[in-house]
Amino acid sequence: MDPQTHNPPAAGLAAAPDAHEHSGDKYQSTFITKYIFSQDHKMIARQYLITGIVWAVIGALMSVIFRLQLGFPEEDYAWLRPILGKWIIVNSDGIGSIAPDFYYAMVTLHGTIMIFFVLTGSLSGTFSNLLIPLQVGARDMASPFMNMLSYWLFLLSTLVMGASLFVSTGGFGGGWTHYPPLSALPQAMSGSGAGMTLWIVSIMLFIASVLLGGINYIATILNMRTKGMSLWRMPLTTWSFFVTAIIGLLSFPVLLAALALLTFDRSMGTSFFLSEIFIGGQPLDHIGGSAILYQHLFWFLGHPEVYIVILPAMGIVSEVLAVHSRKPIFGYKAMVYSIMSIGFLSFLVWAHHMFMSGMNPFIGNFFVVATLIIAVPSAVKVFNWIATLFQGKISFTTPMLFSIGFVSMFISGGLTGIFLGNSAIDIQLHDTYFVVAHFHIIMGVAAFFGTFAGVYHWFPKMFGRFMNETLGKIHFWGTMIGAYIIFWPMHYLGMAGVPRRYYRFDSFQAFGQFDSINQLITIATIITFGLQVLFILNFFFSIWKGRKVTSLNPWKANTLEWTTPITPGHGNWEGPIPEVHRWAYDYSTKGAIEDYVPQHHPVERQGAH
Amino acid sequence: MATTDTVIEKQGMQNQSGSAWDGGNEPFKASYGKLMMWYFLLSDAFTFAGFLIAYGALRFSSPTWPVPDFVFSTAPFGIHDAPLIFVTVMSFLLIISSVTMVRAVQEGQRENKNGVVFWMLLTILGGIGFLGCQAWEWTNLIATEHMTVDVNPFGTHTEAGVYLDADGKETEEVIEVGDSYLIHKAGAGHGEGDHGGDHAAHDYSAGDHAGYFVNEEGFIQRKFLVTEGPDAGMVKMESFGPKAFGALFFFITGFHGFHVFSGVVFLFIIMINAGSGLYMARKNGHEMVEKIGLYWHFVDLVWVFVFLVFYLL
Repeated sequence: MDPQTHNPPAAGLAAAPDAHEHSGDKYQSTFITKYIFSQDHKMIARQYLITGIVWAVIGALMSVIFRLQLGFPEEDYAWLRPILGKWIIVNSDGIGSIAPDFYYAMVTLHGTIMIFFVLTGSLSGTFSNLLIPLQVGARDMASPFMNMLSYWLFLLSTLVMGASLFVSTGGFGGGWTHYPPLSALPQAMSGSGAGMTLWIVSIMLFIASVLLGGINYIATILNMRTKGMSLWRMPLTTWSFFVTAIIGLLSFPVLLAALALLTFDRSMGTSFFLSEIFIGGQPLDHIGGSAILYQHLFWFLGHPEVYIVILPAMGIVSEVLAVHSRKPIFGYKAMVYSIMSIGFLSFLVWAHHMFMSGMNPFIGNFFVVATLIIAVPSAVKVFNWIATLFQGKISFTTPMLFSIGFVSMFISGGLTGIFLGNSAIDIQLHDTYFVVAHFHIIMGVAAFFGTFAGVYHWFPKMFGRFMNETLGKIHFWGTMIGAYIIFWPMHYLGMAGVPRRYYRFDSFQAFGQFDSINQLITIATIITFGLQVLFILNFFFSIWKGRKVTSLNPWKANTLEWTTPITPGHGNWEGPIPEVHRWAYDYSTKGAIEDYVPQHHPVERQGAH
Repeated sequence: MATTDTVIEKQGMQNQSGSAWDGGNEPFKASYGKLMMWYFLLSDAFTFAGFLIAYGALRFSSPTWPVPDFVFSTAPFGIHDAPLIFVTVMSFLLIISSVTMVRAVQEGQRENKNGVVFWMLLTILGGIGFLGCQAWEWTNLIATEHMTVDVNPFGTHTEAGVYLDADGKETEEVIEVGDSYLIHKAGAGHGEGDHGGDHAAHDYSAGDHAGYFVNEEGFIQRKFLVTEGPDAGMVKMESFGPKAFGALFFFITGFHGFHVFSGVVFLFIIMINAGSGLYMARKNGHEMVEKIGLYWHFVDLVWVFVFLVFYLL
């Protein structure tokens, strides 16, 4: 962690040409230090990305399984028994059905994996790691060692979570929000025992990983910027990663506090979150705690968490939209201020998840108002994205399509957010499929679209090759249409009062009318999941066989990452780090020779024309 | 541990003209290592804030709360009825170790190796002293006064009355609203934590007795006659205090003690490194000592809040 300033000026930087792969680096000489325990931020980014893809597939498969139950609860699933084993219950007639505990564990782990591992760990881990040092002009993160540690803690936490499903009592089934008492009493349900213990261990490791990563991102952005890279010249990607890291740094510790207290309730007999509970007719010796306190602590993380998920996607989309429409981003400063205000407001709205917890309606008013205010910076961003597209020279590449898809999803999901933010309407919609539809569109699909846009756009920088455009476009249109078919009808279910998380609805006659909608959603889910295989094939095929990148700057973008060699070694630039003379969005500038002026071009050279 | 070249380059770019925020410079003249410690402390502050908010929420939802002057009134060597005396000593040790830490950092900036080691050693002793006091305090509370994470024998009277003696007759012991009491345990030796009471010669088998009730764990809940209010004339017995008090006390002071313990370990490692001349060679004013100093001051600052909520309020 400490600068070793006593060393003589090392030779690495301006080294001989044969040091190409290792410029400025003495740490990655073997296979293990280069590919496994790497301290190179670009390698760590790729590790995060591939780990994230694996977990996204697992998390999506889980959703396919529980969608089968929701769409076709009467079907015979005995054929799944060879794969899922005891999780498929076969009755005396040989008809197999999905075990309720397993269903709940699937729902819970789907949420946990997607929110924490894929859209927080992997999304920030991939793009903050890859882009922050490259875009601010640094040779690596402030502490490459802590960066490496952050990845390995992340991987460990995902493995512990995966293992929790395989303990004899099954994975935790109380929802990703893990409210007590289901999470606090090991005897509450079968998954509340060892499954929940591993769940807590996993998330604690994950928090350590997020903090190590976040501390690094902030320190790198503040202290490692190259000469001329003032804060107001940073690309919006870097800005969004910066604010994301700050939000994570301030909110995840509160979840850590909640989990530590929860652990005491589980194993030390304390009553922080428990009061006057009966199990099996027997009163428990827990008095004086408050389950609502847990909800407050959880949502103090839980709400900023959704901005930790969406802000990096917003940053990626802002950059991609500007590059592929050859226009400066509209309202750069407004974009930065809205990122900041979203980050700030995200800490003041947590209780809008708890309108139904019996809170004082007066306090509810405060959270309604604060929540609705977030619509303002969000709308500013949407307006700016659309204004950036307006009269641009748009090239409909795959990353651009996903970015436009992001804006569409963000508008659709954002509007339903305004409904849910009102406590009066929330009383009807709380814990229904309306909520499921809302957060999947705005946080799940939109953040995935941002991620896809980022992967397609920066794949050349990561692997020196392009991904296949045709497959990419099929992937986009299929996912876009599929996602709307899956989530749009859920709004109607929710407005009719269909509650989320239920195993089956046959005891509710009124919900029988939705059987066909549920079947449609399930079929669309399976097809959309199948389409993601295209992406995975495309991704791994292109790493080795994709079209090679032949120029340094294939997208003709302004940011500094395109000034590095096509496949940069550890240290990023072979020569000195470029100096920055302008902002990142000089596209189609009048008088310029080309339709873009990279950040490292001096101002004088262009001004004369 | 950035690559060596990164550091050299950054050094080369220092002292240029232009604003500190324009890039190629270190804002606040703080190295990224020092900043990272600050960021960590910021996140840690949020963890502690979470605990203290939980404390506030649980305390204010409790009808009564033990009075600290009564709970923390014993000290080693048989000292009784000395409210907050022991915790004052404890806190003084910790605060004074912050002062010695400041001296260690100062000697570091003067590149005086021996001075650094000397003052760090005193800081470590302060930390160990604090931990030792905490160990005694916990032992006293758990072993002598029988407070644990889920049993809190420190109660508070909410009704005025008079205590009954072992035979169920009224005594001279008048109870006022807000008075605190400790429920003693039968058969347990009453050492330094004894809050008085002579009850060696009575029958303490579990169950109801004339002047007291003995529960399954052997706690003797004394009976008293209510003399005022709607229940005047009724005989009631001492009830246990809010469980959250013991749970929060052990949890939060334990979490803080864990921080102090980690701090002592890190101080020790850095003292060894300083003694070996490692930081002299770096010629950066013993920055590592300054970083652990930030952590140490933070742990002290947290104690101020822990002290406030558990011992003063």
